[in-house]
Amino acid sequence: MAPRLCGLCDNARAILKRPKTGQQICKDCFFYVFETEVHNTITQAGLFHPGDRVAIGASGGKDSTVLAYVMKTLNDRYNYGLELYLLSIDEGITGYRDDSLETVKRNQQQYDMPLKILSYDELYGWTMDRIVSQIGKKNNCTFCGVFRRQALDRGASMLHVDHIVTGHNADDIAETVLMNIMRGDIARLGRCTLICTQGEDTIKRSKPFKYAYEKEIVMYAYFKKLDYFSTECIYSPDAYRGHARVFLKDLEASRPSAIIDIIHSGEAFELKDEVKVTQKAQQTCKRCGYMSSNELCKACTLLEGLERGMANAGVTDRGRKKLEAEGPAPENLRTIPMFQLPNPNNGPSTTISLEASA
Amino acid sequence: MSLTIKIEFGGGLELLFSNQKSHKIEVPSKIPARERSESERAVDLQYLIFWLRDNLLKERVELFIENGTVRPGILVLVNDTDWELEGEGEYQLKDGDEIVFISTLHGG
Repeated sequence: MAPRLCGLCDNARAILKRPKTGQQICKDCFFYVFETEVHNTITQAGLFHPGDRVAIGASGGKDSTVLAYVMKTLNDRYNYGLELYLLSIDEGITGYRDDSLETVKRNQQQYDMPLKILSYDELYGWTMDRIVSQIGKKNNCTFCGVFRRQALDRGASMLHVDHIVTGHNADDIAETVLMNIMRGDIARLGRCTLICTQGEDTIKRSKPFKYAYEKEIVMYAYFKKLDYFSTECIYSPDAYRGHARVFLKDLEASRPSAIIDIIHSGEAFELKDEVKVTQKAQQTCKRCGYMSSNELCKACTLLEGLERGMANAGVTDRGRKKLEAEGPAPENLRTIPMFQLPNPNNGPSTTISLEASA
Repeated sequence: MSLTIKIEFGGGLELLFSNQKSHKIEVPSKIPARERSESERAVDLQYLIFWLRDNLLKERVELFIENGTVRPGILVLVNDTDWELEGEGEYQLKDGDEIVFISTLHGG
């Protein structure tokens, strides 16, 4: 078979079939269109302003590694004027996160960005290893997910950044749309397709890879020879998401546009007013000051359950009632430090403890 | 006659293959006929996938093969070109080819 020429430059040999468009393109055109599409996503959504301090949520995995590389490239190429940081959360999972953090530390050197690592141990007094040894492998993803979300915001606050970007890609978002439909989680369904989420008192979060296919992210990492870490979490991955993922990959195999179509479906759902009123208003957690839809935020509830030896308290209603029946929380209970929204204005004057560059 | 093929696994797929990313293998250049009515045919990528399963795979075959091909979510490159441009399973192997398999199914 004669080599096919690139459908864009008509000059070099095609190396990739784009899942989004079916186009066959060469390596240089692929780099160019991939980066330019992310740039267009960023500018069309007006994600950044010159001088913004932005943290990249970095796990050492493919998505965040490619995100850090592309953010640096675009910031230089188009003069976004951003101050970029790497922010990593150490869940305390021996043999998994400790290895992936080594990758992030290399990224810190390679991309010349300051790195902050915040650990569950330091914030909550519990590592995932210790949580799993107490509660087993059944609901540990609930703890990890709730703790990570809050840890990212707190890490961002320590860095005095007011914006976190994450590596969520089009496949991830389509998966989440499917999961929220299957669970009837109307509130999350509306939110999960937003490129940028920001409440009144939350740190802005956005997903510059919202329209980037996983296949292209992996191909980009492969052809750029980026250094990333790829091992499954040792505490059994989120099984429900796993099913949604396999289902989505099967759909994509028979029709590649399925991913973008599902995101579009998620965006197109409209909520009736009578559905909206049942949603709880946001408030701040009375114990730690983090945003919450109840008196206590989810992380405080989970932590109290762990500390009082009733880990189910934060997971099921029954566990919650049992905990309440035991009486109020003891005074010396370990709690999460008070949350403060970052103030970018006093950023540079405050000392931030960053990872030392080796 | 046999062909020498270089195999690379990435994205966590190497875990199914003795945690070794790089392999050099020899495969027969012709697939022997299974029935009398069939003639020998040149070895293709489809055959290679089953050869890898039978000769190199150490665990959890369901993470590598599904419905007679690689599981959806595994990217395949033939000499650094997306196999979707090379006829996928029908691509005829040549001596010295490099085939890369990358799983995209791991978190990031």
